[in-house]
Amino acid sequence: MSQKFRLESGGLINRDKPVTFSFNGHELKGYDGDTLASALIANGVHLVGRSFKYHRPRGIMSAGPEEANALLQLGEGAYTEPNARATMEELFDGLVATTSNAFPTVKYDIGEVNSLFSKIFVSGFYYKTFMWPSKAWKFYEHFIRKAAGIGKAPEEHDPDFYDKTNAFCDVLVVGGGPAGLSAALSAAATGAHVTLVDDQPRFGGSLMAQSGQEIDGKPALEWVDEAEAKLHDLDNVQVLRRATAFAYYDHNYVGIWERLTDHLPVKPEGLPRHRVHMMRAKQVIIASGAIERPLVFCDNDRPGIMLASACRTYVNRFGAKPGNKGVIFTNNDSAYATVLDLIDAGIEIKAVVDVRKDPLGPLMEKADAAGVKILTNSAVVGTSGRLHLKSVEVAELSDDGETAKSDVTEIACDFLGSSGGWNPTVHLHCQAGGKLDFDEERGAFVPAPSNRTNPNISVGSCKGAFGLADCLAQGFEAGQEAAKAAGIKFRKSGKAPTAEAVDEGNRRLLWLVPGKKPLGQSGKHFIDLQNDSTAADLQLALREGYRSIEHVKRYTTTGMATDQGKTANVNALAIVAQTLNEAIPTVGTTTYRPPYVPVTFGAIAGRDIDDLLDPARTTPMHSWHVNAGAEFEDVGQWKRAWYFPQPGEDMHAAVNREVAAMRNSVGILDATTLGKIDVKGKDAAEFLNRVYTNAWTKLGIGKCRYGLMLGEDGMVMDDGVTSRIAEDHFLMTTTTGNAAPVLGHLEDYLQTEWTDLEVYLTSVTEQWATASIAGPNARALLSELTDDIDLSNEALPFMAWTPGTVAGIPARVFRISFTGDLSYEIAVPADYGLALWQALMTAGSKYDITPYGTETMHVLRAEKGFIIVGQDTDGSITPVDLNMNWIVSKKKGDFIGKRSLDREDMSDPNRKQLVGILTDDPKEVLPEGAQLVEVVKDKPPMDMVGWVSSSYWSPNCDRSIAMALVHGGLKKMGQKLYSPQADGRVIECTITDTVFYDKEGNRQNG
Amino acid sequence: MKNRYSIFSLIRNAFSYHQEWPPAWRSPEPKKSYDAVIVGGGGHGLATAYYLAKNHGMTNIAVLEKGWLGGGNTARNTTIIRSNYLWDESAKLYEHSVKLWEGLSQELNYNVMFSQRGVLNLAHNQHDLRELSRRINANRLNGVDSEFLNPEEVKKFCPAIDLRGGGRYPVLGASLQRRGGTARHDAVAWGYARAADELGVDVIQNCPVLGFESHADGSITINSGKGPIKAGKVGLVVAGHSSVIADMAGFRLPTESRPLQALVSEPMKPCIDTVVMSNAVHAYISQSDKGELVIGAGADAYISYGQKGSGHQTEHTLAAICEMFPQFRRVKMMRQWGGIVDTNPDASPIISKTPVANMFINCGWGTGGFKGTPGSGWTFADLIASGEPDDMNAPFKLDRFKTGYLVDEHGAAAVAH
Ligand SMILES: Cc1cc2nc3c(=O)[nH]c(=O)nc-3n(C[C@H](O)[C@H](O)[C@H](O)COP(=O)(O)OP(=O)(O)OC[C@H]3O[C@@H](n4cnc5c(N)ncnc54)[C@H](O)[C@@H]3O)c2cc1C
Repeated sequence: MSQKFRLESGGLINRDKPVTFSFNGHELKGYDGDTLASALIANGVHLVGRSFKYHRPRGIMSAGPEEANALLQLGEGAYTEPNARATMEELFDGLVATTSNAFPTVKYDIGEVNSLFSKIFVSGFYYKTFMWPSKAWKFYEHFIRKAAGIGKAPEEHDPDFYDKTNAFCDVLVVGGGPAGLSAALSAAATGAHVTLVDDQPRFGGSLMAQSGQEIDGKPALEWVDEAEAKLHDLDNVQVLRRATAFAYYDHNYVGIWERLTDHLPVKPEGLPRHRVHMMRAKQVIIASGAIERPLVFCDNDRPGIMLASACRTYVNRFGAKPGNKGVIFTNNDSAYATVLDLIDAGIEIKAVVDVRKDPLGPLMEKADAAGVKILTNSAVVGTSGRLHLKSVEVAELSDDGETAKSDVTEIACDFLGSSGGWNPTVHLHCQAGGKLDFDEERGAFVPAPSNRTNPNISVGSCKGAFGLADCLAQGFEAGQEAAKAAGIKFRKSGKAPTAEAVDEGNRRLLWLVPGKKPLGQSGKHFIDLQNDSTAADLQLALREGYRSIEHVKRYTTTGMATDQGKTANVNALAIVAQTLNEAIPTVGTTTYRPPYVPVTFGAIAGRDIDDLLDPARTTPMHSWHVNAGAEFEDVGQWKRAWYFPQPGEDMHAAVNREVAAMRNSVGILDATTLGKIDVKGKDAAEFLNRVYTNAWTKLGIGKCRYGLMLGEDGMVMDDGVTSRIAEDHFLMTTTTGNAAPVLGHLEDYLQTEWTDLEVYLTSVTEQWATASIAGPNARALLSELTDDIDLSNEALPFMAWTPGTVAGIPARVFRISFTGDLSYEIAVPADYGLALWQALMTAGSKYDITPYGTETMHVLRAEKGFIIVGQDTDGSITPVDLNMNWIVSKKKGDFIGKRSLDREDMSDPNRKQLVGILTDDPKEVLPEGAQLVEVVKDKPPMDMVGWVSSSYWSPNCDRSIAMALVHGGLKKMGQKLYSPQADGRVIECTITDTVFYDKEGNRQNG
Repeated sequence: MKNRYSIFSLIRNAFSYHQEWPPAWRSPEPKKSYDAVIVGGGGHGLATAYYLAKNHGMTNIAVLEKGWLGGGNTARNTTIIRSNYLWDESAKLYEHSVKLWEGLSQELNYNVMFSQRGVLNLAHNQHDLRELSRRINANRLNGVDSEFLNPEEVKKFCPAIDLRGGGRYPVLGASLQRRGGTARHDAVAWGYARAADELGVDVIQNCPVLGFESHADGSITINSGKGPIKAGKVGLVVAGHSSVIADMAGFRLPTESRPLQALVSEPMKPCIDTVVMSNAVHAYISQSDKGELVIGAGADAYISYGQKGSGHQTEHTLAAICEMFPQFRRVKMMRQWGGIVDTNPDASPIISKTPVANMFINCGWGTGGFKGTPGSGWTFADLIASGEPDDMNAPFKLDRFKTGYLVDEHGAAAVAH
């Protein structure tokens, strides 16, 4: 058994369940209950990675989410995951981990040459060089990019799936340490719906790392188990483990990231890998604890140097030894708890180096009594050991702490635990908009009291209450307070769990521990371990004028690594304050942003992927189109039949056939996708008057009218036919892609501008299926399927509609036409859509009825010069530009866009206007989107006068036809234009009017 | 330049442990009066000051910034640079800008890391393809490089893309501007600040502008956090706070301010070597030199000055990214933030005189003004110096919203990064 650094006993690991895993190709053993980090430590693996910039050898430095060094590549192939923090990954059988950012191996890494140049590679060096020769940046950048980055992105489609749920509760408690448990218990006792989340697999928080604590007279972990059991039994409590509250948005909207399968050797089928709970909580209690802050001393980054609390966690929670003989370096009493526990575990503590002149504190006293060597007013001024810590150098401090005395003692050791005090985990509090106060005594930012805009309550050590007794009391009180604020009625009862209050002792805030030489001259005082930024870098930034803390952060990249400065930021800003001679709160913090820890894209996307990214909408006739071999195009969310190729046909051939068939006999189009809005209410006609450019009040019942809708800017926004169903009832149609925006636009006006109108809008797009039949035989066909509708021109003239029965189905038949031919749109309740279609196909077979798709529809309408909004308009085109003056009422009082149409530039005769275009070579079809010029030059730039919006081969005209928007085009009939193509060809063409076929318009009467 | 940056100066300074580097800019107290004062120390404001000094010899000028230099949208944007805009007026302005970008590091002697890694704009349906074709043709005839790539060519240019994506938004083609790319945002603000300072411009931080007072002689007193400052001319360049500052000066803008979000992943080894944009799904992605995926999201629909934005935008954006790059579902988001963008009804900027004599405004760059920084500064300096519009900035005058001469770039990009 190779776990050389595993203690004989102790820890919350299951020694009966050994686990095999691999690290950098070596097979290693650990136990169930280990993290990857604790297992590596138990195996004596001290070197795990390389730093970002200098590729310095690095080891595990923490036991929590603040880990800055141990970022490993987990898993292989499609399952690989970059930058996993070894301290947060639970060990399982078969786990595969490798070092990132090292080549060829973590021991011998080429990147380490960067260290040789570290004197040049100071902060911001890249802003000062790589500028010569002037085009060479891409060349330099290539190498810089290769060297940068940490892990490798997966390259295969992720086989896992992720889930997301929207949830709510009365009281959300973040953190399952003593404060959080106490809060959850007291809130739950009121009957409130409580959700308790914790990022670890088990509750207890800091208690798991400690020893000898008692709550209510019981061993603390026993109390935790009982609390957990109690919460488990309550129906009003939801408990989430392995769940991190990562984002806190406005109005108590909290994102919680739960990891369901990452820790399992065999991932159960059907279980998502991660699940995000988007939690809307009435009240939030934050009990997220505190993170220890390292001391900043010379060469403080060697493998074996870690947080004092991490040493304690490894010993107490995992039964793993950080080393055999250690030094503890501290400025406060809490690190002595580590000292005592480590000694208990049989680990030799060579010395405690304490920067305090007269250290006070109960734990220190105990250690002293136990005979631990305590060096006061002293500091670690240097370290040695390339791949693993070998020794530290200790010297006495000057009075002001700014320099160290020259008398240096070397102490051999294989690990060092450092403690510079504690930073409350205020991230969520700040994300929610909470402010911070600075606690001068503890040298820590603590949440300012909650207020109306930030009503959440912080309790326990994330509030700066580091004693167990305070944590329990605050949690209890906050639980009741939150329940009350959430509107739960209850009688106060019970009492807070208790623990012995302990004196915290004194501290000496020594933000920058002096080295043997002036800062920056030998060795490195790392602030941000992952990004390799040092105290000298901070001072360089300040010297160069980057004084705002945001400038310092950005210039030195401090706090910008994957840990987002959890152990770096407060040290950095304190050193900045010290250098600038300012107070720490004056310098202030950088902004705390989501997420608290990195969260997988997949989890945030949840189920909104693949087919669920955006619903694909299909019509009731869709299956028929599929069976008929249709090709589809996406229009908005809809799948529309694009064309119906027969065997051997390409799109061109299919469209030519479809176009001709419709004009010669009868064609059928699925028009279901057009947006339909039911407009009802006594002011419906007046409402339409205001939203369309033309007049509506006089439209008779049973009649239809085409309308153009403008935006406030006077530009065409949508068009469609609206029919009057009854005095107070209209049915509006919109373009397929625009239905939702149009409804939004209309509702906006109704609800905010025209509150005096009584109008109700209902989207009925999904309620109706519509088949449009068009062609000379349309009437004959329809007459076979109806016996209660008079289809004569007199009874059902163009632009009229009637209810009736078609193929035995109740229907609305509209005599409207987008093809220029005789045409009926037959709308039936959606469920009958397919039946209607089939009936029409069956009855139509004797007329060779031909289904056609959107492409053919486009050609047919272009032959008639009908526009498509969004294709022949682009948000910059007015009705006048479209030569549709006739549709703009001059008499109406007002309509949306009217005022804008009166602006002076709107009547500029040189605006772009819609015209027809005929190529000189009738066989040549202009590409849509082609640009037009009056004068061709050898090379660009050339002055463009317009662009081709629609262009097709027209079988009925036996030539190409096009529409274009051309500056002053309406006055330029017959003028020649040229279209220079990307391949150098120039297509010559001539301006004409937009109606290419059936100019007299006789065909629509059949 | 007194203290030129180069590899040699770096080596030289290494010998003195980098103790001798001079400040990149002075931190002067404001003088009582200046010939011109620029309000807003973002990239645009600093560039304006630099070109006023450099191109027009106006050196008795100051930039007033309420917080830290470049702390607004300059510090928050996804740094996409391109000039493949649809309309002639925009193409001219943005292309001028890209040309300036191409020599900017040398011009400023500050490496702004302009990386011409190409910008792809994806088409996902027939409508997109038509729009793409129109824009590519317009770009080409305006002398702006732009080409069409079919799906196979897209895959070759950016192997990380899954052409079928999750199936909902397959890639049918793309436009490519090879000269487009990204740059280092902070460096742009810092480089301009340093170069302007060198020419004598007073760059003053922590100095909010609180109000204005016009005088009969045409001068304007600026009421600032550091006391009153008199100015012959005033240029307002405050992006997300434009309507606020216009209100102080007593005129109105058609500009709306709303949060626009961005996010980055953890740093990874190179996996995307270009910029990919998709308007249809509202997602934009590139990879920074540090290795983070830099991802731009859509703008929130509501008006706000809170620089964070709402959670659902992040959810939607990452869903869209997972559609185009399903392999990135296992990648982790490291940080998410927001900036306040100033959007005009036609999605084009205002570079204009104002109803107040000797006061000029440059705003409304909205979601896509980083790329315009050098060109914007250049042409705004021209306008301030001469007092009259010229060919480049005339189309962007304020009164176009009254006359109707809009430069509507919505068609080109709903969110135009
Ligand atoms: C998330 C996001 C992504 C983006 N992505 C891109 C992109 O990929 N490509 C692109 O080209 N553009 C992008 N943009 C847009 C781009 O960032 C901006 O258009 C551009 O940076 C604006 O520059 P600026 O200098 O005008 O504004 P800012 O950098 O915002 O500068 C304005 C300055 O004015 C100061 N100020 C405000 N009020 C006062 C006052 N009263 N007194 C003194 N000072 C004041 C502010 O503090 C601020 O520093 C993005 C924007 C965001 C938010």
